[in-house]
Amino acid sequence: MLSRNGSGEAPTTAQVRIASTFRIVSSTAAQGNVRRLRVALFITCFNDTLFPQTGRAVVRLLERLGHEVVFPEEQTCCGQMHFNTGYAREARGLAERFARVFAEVHADAIVSPSASCAALVRDAYPKWLGVEPPRVFELSELLIDELGVVDVGAYFPHRVTYHPTCHSLRLLDVGDRPLKLLRAVRGIDLVELPEAAECCGFGGTFAVKNKDVSTAMLADKMRAVLDTGAEIVTAGDNSCLMHIGGGLSRQRAGVKPMHLAEILAHTEEELPR
Amino acid sequence: MKGFPKAAAKALRDTQLRHNIGHATRTIREKREHVVGELPDWQELRAAGAAIKDDALLRLDELLIELEERVTAAGGTVHWARDAAEANRIVGDVAQAHGVDEVVKVKSIATEETRLNDALAARGIRAWETDLAELIVQLSHDSPSHILVPAIHKNRAEIRELFMRELDGTEELSDDPGELAEAARRHLRRRFLDAKMGVSGANFAVAETGTIAVFESEGNGRMCTTLPETLVTVMGIEKVIPRWQDLEVFLQLLPRSSTAERMNPYTSLWTGVHAGDGPQEFHLVLLDNGRTRALADGIGRQALRCIRCSACLNVCPVYERVGGHAYESVYPGPIGAILTPQLEGIEKRPSLPYASSLCGACYEACPVKIDIPTVLVELRRQVVESDGALDPEHVAMAAAAKAFSTRRAYERAQRLAKLGRFVKWIPGWSSSRDAPEIPGQTFREWWRETRS
Repeated sequence: MLSRNGSGEAPTTAQVRIASTFRIVSSTAAQGNVRRLRVALFITCFNDTLFPQTGRAVVRLLERLGHEVVFPEEQTCCGQMHFNTGYAREARGLAERFARVFAEVHADAIVSPSASCAALVRDAYPKWLGVEPPRVFELSELLIDELGVVDVGAYFPHRVTYHPTCHSLRLLDVGDRPLKLLRAVRGIDLVELPEAAECCGFGGTFAVKNKDVSTAMLADKMRAVLDTGAEIVTAGDNSCLMHIGGGLSRQRAGVKPMHLAEILAHTEEELPR
Repeated sequence: MKGFPKAAAKALRDTQLRHNIGHATRTIREKREHVVGELPDWQELRAAGAAIKDDALLRLDELLIELEERVTAAGGTVHWARDAAEANRIVGDVAQAHGVDEVVKVKSIATEETRLNDALAARGIRAWETDLAELIVQLSHDSPSHILVPAIHKNRAEIRELFMRELDGTEELSDDPGELAEAARRHLRRRFLDAKMGVSGANFAVAETGTIAVFESEGNGRMCTTLPETLVTVMGIEKVIPRWQDLEVFLQLLPRSSTAERMNPYTSLWTGVHAGDGPQEFHLVLLDNGRTRALADGIGRQALRCIRCSACLNVCPVYERVGGHAYESVYPGPIGAILTPQLEGIEKRPSLPYASSLCGACYEACPVKIDIPTVLVELRRQVVESDGALDPEHVAMAAAAKAFSTRRAYERAQRLAKLGRFVKWIPGWSSSRDAPEIPGQTFREWWRETRS
């Protein structure tokens, strides 16, 4: 049975320290006097293995903004795939491990370039897995709410459309934070995506278990992306982008998926690696 | 492939269906959003609706007895039906006792669930559906594909052809909606005037007064519940609410969520029988049919809050593309994906909890705040548990969990994943999507190389 009870294993002292630091930083950031933060990167197993360029972009971006990035090498997977597919027991083990690893990290904040993994930690850990979560921020939340920046000094002279992923909208409630960040990018031609809030059809194992429905949903999302005439489709989750981009690539549509972090990491001086 | 994925694949090939459902759900979605946005206290109303329903569900034992007492005191008769067969037998017995061979019905999903029409037909009793869309579905020997708009999958041309074949006096019929409705009206008027017995469902039943409420928008419900001499109402036991005053909340929540109307067009409320006015005999059938099983599930029971508005269907990206038939149940869409497996038993419907991308649009729209994604995930857990450890997926998931259990095992698995560069076809994925290119260096390898 899923349980609401705490596991008792998740330490809390580090969280208390992190929480109090956040309050100080938030107020100083608002005054334009940004203190150098030590940010722990929760890369996610998916990005670590398949999309390392996104992780490199987060590191480059945060360091450019004057913060220190640490990478806890003990981290593996947060358990999202297991939890969402019905493997709650396995997910709980991974959640406990995750909380333990990040509690030992001496950092002021934890950031993830994946809205759905951040949402699992924040939402499902305490509610359904009985694990007290470390405080994790999705990238756009960290930048705007904690670091107090909207213009990150990026330059990206391309036509871009933004797909708001379901978990970023409905579980994290990031709202228009990613769009605010994108609007401040120099040179960008940002075009609105029609029916933007509709699911792209990825849904984790749904993409395989219900591949026909998933593909039908993808077809409509691709039509919307192509209607914008954009050259790049961006989002806060590489999993959805892998699905949308995989479909576009199959059609040789000439539209490239790119994580939000990679756009924000671009500057006139520094091209992507 | 079986269950939902198979039925969905078939539905996806029906271009007419996809066009109709896509158009209809988009239209109603926009209208709903508009009228919901007009109420500044919408979130409070949702919370109130959920609280009233939860309170009722946890006190069903007292409330149903109270309802029975009030209905009986007002001259009605209350029957308790454990399952569909029992409910159908009760309705058939009432009909037979009065010697009727024809009944008129106002749209009722509970009687669709029990397949009452078939059961009555087996006893020589013809049941006439009087809701326009239900009539269309019935005449074409089809099944409903939407809770609120059962014939959403049909277009005007199909309906015209059907009416010309099945209804009298339709030799000169066009596909003008007004003309089609008029043909149905003429047909139905004769049924209403002839019928000796009416059958209805119930949207709500008020325990403290013994009052039954039916919400509809064509006026056929008013006819069915007032013209015949005998009226039988079949309701799921979760439809009971404690107080008369509770209706205030649902009168606001239901029309805006279902038809996107500010006010419900026809709200019929009746309490027992009244001499010289309306039916002189009233029977209320309280149907369990799996509901107490759902009630026993601490997470799943919130599905019983459902007031059948169908807002979750209209916002669901899966439903929008496959329509209702793919769910192979009278309860389609997201609510069906959590209700049907609980009513029938998870082992009978193991594919339904997976019929969702967990996008969360349903939870956002639900007027009684049913957290459908959470219930879906819990039902998936139950499916996994019943599958056992030897299921191939279970074996793979256990292996993945083990690979994630230590840094060493994880990094070994990453090195193995690099071999995936030589795999060009991933089953289930590659039929419609190119696989991502697997990079030669993981993020952590880059980190180690540059930072330590």
